[in-house]
Amino acid sequence: MTADLFTTNNVWMMLCTALVFFMHLGFSLLETGLTRQKNTINILFKNMFIICAGLLIYFTGGFSLMYPGEFNGYLGFNGFGLPLGVDGVSIDYADGSYTYWTDFIFQGMFAATAATIVSGAVAERIRLDAFMLFSVIYVGLIYPIVGSWHWGGGFLSTMNSFLGAELETDGFYDFAGSTIVHSVGGWAALIAVVLLGSRKGKFSNEGRSLAIPGHNIPIAVAGVFILWLGWFGFNGGSVLSADPALTSLVLVTTSLSAAAGGISAFVSSTLWFKNYDVTMFMNGVLGGLVGITAGADLMSPLESILIGLISGVIVVVAVNLIDRWKLDDPVGAIAVHLFCGIWGTIAVGILGAKASLDQFLVQFISISIIAFFCCVSAFLILFTIKKTLGLRVSNREEMEGLDLHEHGMDAYADFGLNEH
Amino acid sequence: MKKVEAIIRKSKFDEVKEALHDIQVNFFSYWDVTGVGNEKEGHVYRGVAYSTSDIQRRYLVIIVSDDFEPITVQTLMRAARTGDVGDGKIFVSDVRETYRIRTGESGNIAIN
Repeated sequence: MTADLFTTNNVWMMLCTALVFFMHLGFSLLETGLTRQKNTINILFKNMFIICAGLLIYFTGGFSLMYPGEFNGYLGFNGFGLPLGVDGVSIDYADGSYTYWTDFIFQGMFAATAATIVSGAVAERIRLDAFMLFSVIYVGLIYPIVGSWHWGGGFLSTMNSFLGAELETDGFYDFAGSTIVHSVGGWAALIAVVLLGSRKGKFSNEGRSLAIPGHNIPIAVAGVFILWLGWFGFNGGSVLSADPALTSLVLVTTSLSAAAGGISAFVSSTLWFKNYDVTMFMNGVLGGLVGITAGADLMSPLESILIGLISGVIVVVAVNLIDRWKLDDPVGAIAVHLFCGIWGTIAVGILGAKASLDQFLVQFISISIIAFFCCVSAFLILFTIKKTLGLRVSNREEMEGLDLHEHGMDAYADFGLNEH
Repeated sequence: MKKVEAIIRKSKFDEVKEALHDIQVNFFSYWDVTGVGNEKEGHVYRGVAYSTSDIQRRYLVIIVSDDFEPITVQTLMRAARTGDVGDGKIFVSDVRETYRIRTGESGNIAIN
């Protein structure tokens, strides 16, 4: 490993960090566009809070919790702050792939994503203080603990000894976080939506699902394009070096899956609902991106297209299913991040370089363990908040808008046609 | 004198205006209105069908002499029609008097 290569690797990782940071703008715009104008300030405030608080909390203890070094495989911690400091800037830390600083800031950008996913699903009705409290705990504790089990070298990555079995596999595999990031957020979103209840006017008295159209589709589309761009860093950086073969393959599989996801979502929703719905197209692209994330470095281009095509159909079916279950997810976060996250992680056992029955079983068991842990912890946190602080804003506040009551501001002062 | 009121599609407004000018009806007022009616616009959002209960239309008020009533109504009927539900309505009522503010004239001469 030469110093030049070390520098190149590190520059690529910092570029990817910047791209993942940019995804937070993508999420902000997507959520803003798919909800109503009276709650815009609230959405933006939550997204600003998540990245700022998320980074600070991840600095404080999250990073050490997620990458504790040598530990028992279940729970480890190697100190507050960034204990390694300047000892981690040499070529020896991570075999010349990146420095300790880069490691922290790249992972820190990831961490806040899990809470952002929840933000969209609970939009337009959750109390701001309740959401902030929840996201601090979730990003500070739950996300790093789950992450340590796989990326930190914990028990999921040494599945054979955990199960006491002789499986032909290296353990659970989740390249860039279909499960570790997206489903972890998705499970919390699901629990939050169940505990919160639906927005007023989402279901008729007879229980029929009603449409609450988002107020700014151009902004939401801009969000999707920005997220796609950010995903080059999300997946491309997860190679954890500037390896030419792997990084370029990952960018190809990521984009092909996104494109295939968009096309299959728009075709299936058009066949089903008889209209060209751009919001389904958008969710399909995101579903394809989430779906490929677990195996972006394992798939051939053709396999990545297949993963995307299936992701797109899953998104459309899931959005409809969630409606039928009387759950209200304004932006489709559960369909995209949870359903496609599960599919993408399972797909590692079916398609690509690691495909085998044993791998499939390990993927399935690991997803179940993570699902159980995330659901239980999200439930405990949210239920406690519900019984103490309260989760939901008052009826009046919801009708007149969170912007007016929580913030006392208008998103579009001096401009506006609709009162609702 | 008659007051002809018409609720028409916004998309038909230019055509109606031209047609009224062609029959020498040059003076009228209009404003945009929101209402409810029989039209069901087939909106679908994320797989859920819905119709907007608010229908956007343009409301015209035209004052004409008694002789002009039939041709004005016919013109409106022709120019504002698409044949679909939601083309609008026309109401005709009597007007007792019209004055032109600048000259103080009254009657038919004050209309145009």
